[in-house]
Amino acid sequence: MKQTIRTICATLALATGLSAPAMAQDDTFKIGVITFLSGQAAESFGVPAWNGGQLLIDMLNEGGKLPAPYDKPGFGGMKIEAIVVDEAGGATKQVQEFRNLVQREQVDAVVGYVSSSDCLAVPPVADELKAFTILYDCGTPRVFEDNSFEYVFRTAAHATMDNVGLARYLKSRGFEVDSFAGLNQDYAWGQDSWADFTGAMAQLYSDATVKTALFPKFGAGQYGTEISALLREKPALIHSSNWGGDLQSFLLQATARGLHKRTQLALSAGDHVIPQLQDKMPDGIVLGARGVNGLLAKARGGDLQPLTDTLWDSYMERYGVIPVQAPFRMWQGLLGLKMAVEKAMDDNGGKKPTDEELAAAMKGLSWDAPSGRIEMALGGGHQAIQPTAIGVTKWNNETKMMELVDIEYFDARCVNPPEGMKSQDWLAQGFPGAQCD
Amino acid sequence: MLGMNHLLAVAGTFAVMAAGAVILPDWAMFLIVMALAKGLVCLGIVGMMRGGLVSFGQGLYYCAGAYTATLFANSFGITDIFLLCIVSAVVCLAIGGLFGPLLAGYRGIFFAMLSLALSMVLYGSLSKLSVIGGTDGLNIAAPTFLGWEPEGRALQSGLYLFVSALVVAAGAVMWRYFHSEQGLIALAARDNELRVEYLGASVRKAMTLNYVFGAVLGGLGGTIAALALGHVDPEFAFWTTSGEFVFVAILAGYLSVPAVFVAAIILELVRSFSNLYFPNTWQLALGVFLLAVIVALPGGLGSLVDRRRKREGAQ
Repeated sequence: MKQTIRTICATLALATGLSAPAMAQDDTFKIGVITFLSGQAAESFGVPAWNGGQLLIDMLNEGGKLPAPYDKPGFGGMKIEAIVVDEAGGATKQVQEFRNLVQREQVDAVVGYVSSSDCLAVPPVADELKAFTILYDCGTPRVFEDNSFEYVFRTAAHATMDNVGLARYLKSRGFEVDSFAGLNQDYAWGQDSWADFTGAMAQLYSDATVKTALFPKFGAGQYGTEISALLREKPALIHSSNWGGDLQSFLLQATARGLHKRTQLALSAGDHVIPQLQDKMPDGIVLGARGVNGLLAKARGGDLQPLTDTLWDSYMERYGVIPVQAPFRMWQGLLGLKMAVEKAMDDNGGKKPTDEELAAAMKGLSWDAPSGRIEMALGGGHQAIQPTAIGVTKWNNETKMMELVDIEYFDARCVNPPEGMKSQDWLAQGFPGAQCD
Repeated sequence: MLGMNHLLAVAGTFAVMAAGAVILPDWAMFLIVMALAKGLVCLGIVGMMRGGLVSFGQGLYYCAGAYTATLFANSFGITDIFLLCIVSAVVCLAIGGLFGPLLAGYRGIFFAMLSLALSMVLYGSLSKLSVIGGTDGLNIAAPTFLGWEPEGRALQSGLYLFVSALVVAAGAVMWRYFHSEQGLIALAARDNELRVEYLGASVRKAMTLNYVFGAVLGGLGGTIAALALGHVDPEFAFWTTSGEFVFVAILAGYLSVPAVFVAAIILELVRSFSNLYFPNTWQLALGVFLLAVIVALPGGLGSLVDRRRKREGAQ
């Protein structure tokens, strides 16, 4: 028993010894970045997002690399320092890591989370610790529809937009959809996406019938049975919110069996597999990028073109691959944080802002990002809306590059519910308050 | 029952742990709460390991306990940690009582696989149930302690003290059980089941009892983890979670009760720091550590204590 006590003492001593907090400095702004560095979501979202983030932080620290209003160095003159943490390992681990970042590493803000379950688990802790937190990527509308948080902000629109945009695109481009089917991953993302898409279709194509809704398990890899079922059912359209390796293998197996020639494929979040698939991605697929991201942003033009080109060119130069949706969302998160920090510093006389001051500055903020105008319009000023776009794939044989054609851009208020209304109710009631030009 | 010196040891251990509520920083307190909650689950596995069985499905009870507490708290608005622990323990006792006699007839890989299958059934069912959040899971409010509603550091300290007391109590009960006649039968069955049966003892009963103890401990661990995290999701029942429990049990070995909790804390510390300092290779760092422990201490951390005791006995 003596041994035991000694062991416990040693452990406690070890824990205390390691506890000396990093000293907070006034000339640096320390952010904790959480994103997938391993696992299935790393290749699709985590690594491209962090590549984009690292690039932006380097450019901001150097200063003058971005067009106005982002030409001032760092965050309000403070050097940005980032600590990156792997998001793999589940919500349990993420809550722990979040506490470590805030309490042990004393970061000034946390930017992170691709997975919806992490986005649900972390906000209560962020509020408990009064730690300013930006959710930059995850999709579930539940975060601010079921709860409200003081210190938590999501700088990207939630996933309802993706599927409403898709259905609106089909309608406005005159696709004839008398029946449709779904193939979605069997977890919250796939289930919610399918529910949103069928909800939107029920309003826009009220006569269309649902042939079948398939939910192969997450990470399945083999879709032979599902493809056979889809070939047999002959729906006019197949909806899929699959991502990453699941989407790649589905597309490769489906095109080998000619599924894309018999039925229209519509992918709500599919742009991020273009760099991997290249010309193996068939032409004529209706494709979204969860916002005006990647190729959709590149093709847009307009006032934001210099900002988009800055991201595009510097990303291409450093990583040799086109930026897809994830780096765009990381940029909109970090640029929003920059705006909030600088606004808070304008208000407090140039001191490094506290979490309270940051939260006050971020609430209801709007700013320009490569993906369009971001407005913190929902959830009491904590949830962003943004414009979106849908296009159709077309391989350019001369440049050996995938292009998106027939792109249609949707206003943020056309594809997002108004403040105070849950997305499910908004869909069920036929998009009340939607402003489409 | 426990002798005087044992009671002193128990009280001493709790006193040392309680001191942590004052000296430890918040993050370390949280880390230890999570480690001890998982340690409770692992203690259940260690109990089964004494009988030569390894359950690869303790996530079943960890998850059942966590969801019971969360659903109970959310439906009835109850946040009292004592009540939630009791409710979860009773539910897990019932589930364990149902499956225990069934599983007690299996050994080795069959037992491991069956227990794994049961936990994966729960995982699959919860993932499908979108009314309770599906794979995204549910949130649970912070606990209260018999009417006391702390916030901030006081909440962490309260939770830490509660779990410390629970661990010390559970550890003492399990230690007593392991050294009782019934508990020693399991150890004997590990060496030779047939002989134990011929001596007139029921191996099946011993295995069932170990399993039921494991179920209750798993439920308690899950409840504490859910309350500390504020969130539950079906990952609690996933096989990787169960695998982690088995790993801690192997790291600790079946020879010592305190070693289980020390092992759980060490694993959490190693994971937490490797995650921070090697964000791209933390799995590798963790793997190297685990391999090193297995090579250096095949009998687990508990064998250190045991070796020393044997040496003292020989002198």
